[in-house]
Amino acid sequence: MAGSELSVDTLKSALHRMMLIRRAEEQVIDLATSFDDLIRGHYHVYIGQEASGVGACMALGPDDYMFTTHRNHGHVIARGGEPSPVIAEIIGRTTGYNKGRGGTFHVIAKHLGVLQTSAIVGGCVPMAAGAAFSIKKRGTDQVSLVFFGDGVLEEGAFHEALNMSSLWKLPLIMMCENNSVLPEGRRQGEYPSSSFAATQLADVAKAMNVETHVVDGGDVREVAGLLTELAHRTRAGEGPFFIESRMTRWPGNRGSFPELIGGPHQMDWTWDPGTADARLQDWLTNSDPVSLLCRSLVEEGAMTREEVEEIDAATRKEAEEAREFALSSPTPSPESAMDYIFA
Amino acid sequence: MANLRFVDALREGIAEEMRADPRVMILGEDVAVGGAFGVTRGLVDEFGHGRVINTPISEDTIMGIAVGAAVAGKRPIVEIMFVDFITLAMNQLVNHAAKVHFMSGGQLAVPMVIRVQQGAQGGWGSQHSQSLEAWFAHVPGLKAVAPGSAADANRLIRASIRDDSPVVFIEHRGLYFRHDPDGLEPGESVLGKAHIVREGSDITLVSYSRMLTECLEAAEDLAGKGISVEVIDLRSLVPLDIDTVIESVRKTNRLAVAHEAVVQGGLGAEIAARVQEMAMDYLDAPVLRIGAPYTPPPASPKLERAFVPDRAGIAARLHRMLSYSKEEGS
Amino acid sequence: MREMTYSEAMAIGILEALAEDETVVLMGAGFGGLHGDPAVWGQLREKFGDRITNPPIAELGYCGIAVGAALTGLRPIVAIGTGSFSFEAFPQIANEAPQAYYGSRGQVTCPVVFHMRAGIRGAGALQHSTAPQAMYWNTPGLEICVPGSPADVRGLIKAAVRSDNPTIFIDHERLHPLMGEVDETSSGDIPLGVADVKREGSDVTIVATSIMVHRALEAAESLADQGVSAEVVDPRTLVPLDKDAILRSVAKTGRVVVADETQKSCGVASEIAATIAEEGFDSLRAPIKRVAIPNVPIPYHQSEEDYVTPTAQRIVEAAQVICS
Repeated sequence: MAGSELSVDTLKSALHRMMLIRRAEEQVIDLATSFDDLIRGHYHVYIGQEASGVGACMALGPDDYMFTTHRNHGHVIARGGEPSPVIAEIIGRTTGYNKGRGGTFHVIAKHLGVLQTSAIVGGCVPMAAGAAFSIKKRGTDQVSLVFFGDGVLEEGAFHEALNMSSLWKLPLIMMCENNSVLPEGRRQGEYPSSSFAATQLADVAKAMNVETHVVDGGDVREVAGLLTELAHRTRAGEGPFFIESRMTRWPGNRGSFPELIGGPHQMDWTWDPGTADARLQDWLTNSDPVSLLCRSLVEEGAMTREEVEEIDAATRKEAEEAREFALSSPTPSPESAMDYIFA
Repeated sequence: MANLRFVDALREGIAEEMRADPRVMILGEDVAVGGAFGVTRGLVDEFGHGRVINTPISEDTIMGIAVGAAVAGKRPIVEIMFVDFITLAMNQLVNHAAKVHFMSGGQLAVPMVIRVQQGAQGGWGSQHSQSLEAWFAHVPGLKAVAPGSAADANRLIRASIRDDSPVVFIEHRGLYFRHDPDGLEPGESVLGKAHIVREGSDITLVSYSRMLTECLEAAEDLAGKGISVEVIDLRSLVPLDIDTVIESVRKTNRLAVAHEAVVQGGLGAEIAARVQEMAMDYLDAPVLRIGAPYTPPPASPKLERAFVPDRAGIAARLHRMLSYSKEEGS
Repeated sequence: MREMTYSEAMAIGILEALAEDETVVLMGAGFGGLHGDPAVWGQLREKFGDRITNPPIAELGYCGIAVGAALTGLRPIVAIGTGSFSFEAFPQIANEAPQAYYGSRGQVTCPVVFHMRAGIRGAGALQHSTAPQAMYWNTPGLEICVPGSPADVRGLIKAAVRSDNPTIFIDHERLHPLMGEVDETSSGDIPLGVADVKREGSDVTIVATSIMVHRALEAAESLADQGVSAEVVDPRTLVPLDKDAILRSVAKTGRVVVADETQKSCGVASEIAATIAEEGFDSLRAPIKRVAIPNVPIPYHQSEEDYVTPTAQRIVEAAQVICS
């Protein structure tokens, strides 16, 4: 199924999810910066990568598995997670998906098939391969999808898992989100990292006879189209697949402590990037997946500006409610630290 | 099933569980051809390559695949050919297998068994002869089991496979091919129960795995000198049945712990620390820790023999312990 | 003497180590952690940029490269990051480095320093709070430094670099901002294996490592108010362990609390307690108490995290039990 064939309703619902991630992550940053003790360590947000996660999750069915990593908040919401228990988890409340036990690095939602979120670089790739292995052994038509950053290719665990998933033809989709690519290089170009020897990330997987694809991770239609096709083929036993989803880093995403440059996203910036902070203008013009989708839907006549802004208002409200829900939720009792040691 | 070998009792335990539960499978290097020591020999004939799976030499990912398969509904058994190689899989074992249940707030469980083979025997040198059980006992979320007899190998592997937590199952290669004259007596298969193998009244001697044999022989030697040693087989290191140890110490007032691992940071330290805390008033002498010297295991046969505590050394140290008196010092 | 942070003192020690021996190299430079002061840590790159290598995210690979470099004439200090990441490099740290000298019967030495920030740092949750030193203590062939004060971290990092053995260098994120006096007019050398009595006392000995030294001193202060005189002994290195200094104190007080921030089961406190119970048996007038982390991973939320953290208050409570 090509991306351009997505119905208007499907695109609207994708936009809704993307905006929900954006607004929820803004709340996360605000909570981290407005309170001293809610998010006490470093954390990573998914702003600027929404199209990749949402597009990929559109290809998954309810029984499929998903594994993720440091930048997991957006992935869990993309998979259908509600912002309330996600934010509650991030600030450690008992109403969080893990009852506040895991926090920002480890949002796990079993009912969504989100089985593990590891903050060890490369940690989830073998486990996702293991879930794929289990699928194959049980003979079901599920898919195991793992999101990870480009740094994972620097770890040995990735290469072992790539080899085994290829050897055993596992129903695994490896979604490598490379957020270090300049706008002009998103469709083709060279890997710009100083810490990886391969020119193209996909070449590494090719050498292991894994079919690879490079996709513009800023374009939800492209991602959804490719992943939907690959998910079908994975179910038909043609996996594993390696995808390099290329995107451009949100300027607020510097180091381990993100910053809302100019405050939360304003829809005016989407329609006219020139009204935003100078540091954001380039990104809003060429790379912001939410703004790109909004503008194209309006240009194509699929939606009006007013309809887009209605969705934005709804997601903004939902994220605000999630924040309030999280803040008003109970903190774990100290003694509960001794729970869940052994199953 | 009298006169069974450890390796056969263990294999039979695995096979019984695989027959009973189709989710149980075994992965590792060469497991489909029996593994390095024949534990899995023949299993592929009964259960097929779909459940007895050879892997590449990729320990961390074998472990990771098993964790993933476990959270997705399987009950994998991982074979690590030598415990020394588990260094290659520590990330998946410590950072994931041990933590997923706790991390997920109880949403997920990781029912898997990690079978490791260890011990200094055969001159294989420092990277094939270590005893690393204290690492596992230090990592919260892991259970650790170390049978010392064929019967316990069978019972405990079955209990470990049925357990919903990750269990490190420690096999000593010096036990595999030894005949167990007692055979496979029916017995309870639960984790966390120590077993008084020999009753005595003068000294409590705690051990596990192959060192249990040396301890029983030392106890026999000391009996000839009129010294009565109570020998306790821990069987399970986590959970640790400290109550059985304390109860015995209340009777004997002296405690020694013997293992093949190095003394520093070993199980002996944990047992000594706990017993002195819980039962100091009952101790007439310091808790004696017997273990390997603080070096990597040497390869040369003579050095290797000196590295591993033996019957004579254990008996001599226990004998000396008996003459300890608080006034004179040891 | 100048008051400075633990973090700055460590930077000074590393700068001094680089200056005194040109074979010293850095693999990674993230010693200052997430909140390292650029004015302090920037000097490393300004003065010794050509001796710093920034590796990919490949703990196993770059620790192995450091081991190989150490076998062939360099003295690398490796910045591993948190203690949890060291599990990815276990084959090199626990199975290669400590065996090189022994296995070759002294033909080669492996003078590498593996630096890691360990311990409960605040919201590190399960994978960024691990303190693996007890496991390294169970691994013969590794020296282990656990400095708790600015002067100690400066002196010991240099001792670790000069040592011909592989050394695990454990610091703690919560130590970094703590202040203490450092004498920059002297070399500030501290040999490995020499404990330091951080406070003298006569009723109870508190053996404390790393961050626990500060909690022990706080506990001693509070015990003094209750009429209990506590002596705080900081071993500073676990391997070698200055047993004599610990036993000397125990001979005087007869009562011991061991305070350490690793999990209790087969932990650092267990080994210290077992050693005292064995070799100081006749001096003991009460059971040795261990104040450590219960056998659970480190949870995320502060309420649960605080519950498992060994605090000054828990040291006080343990001392009260054995002093009554």
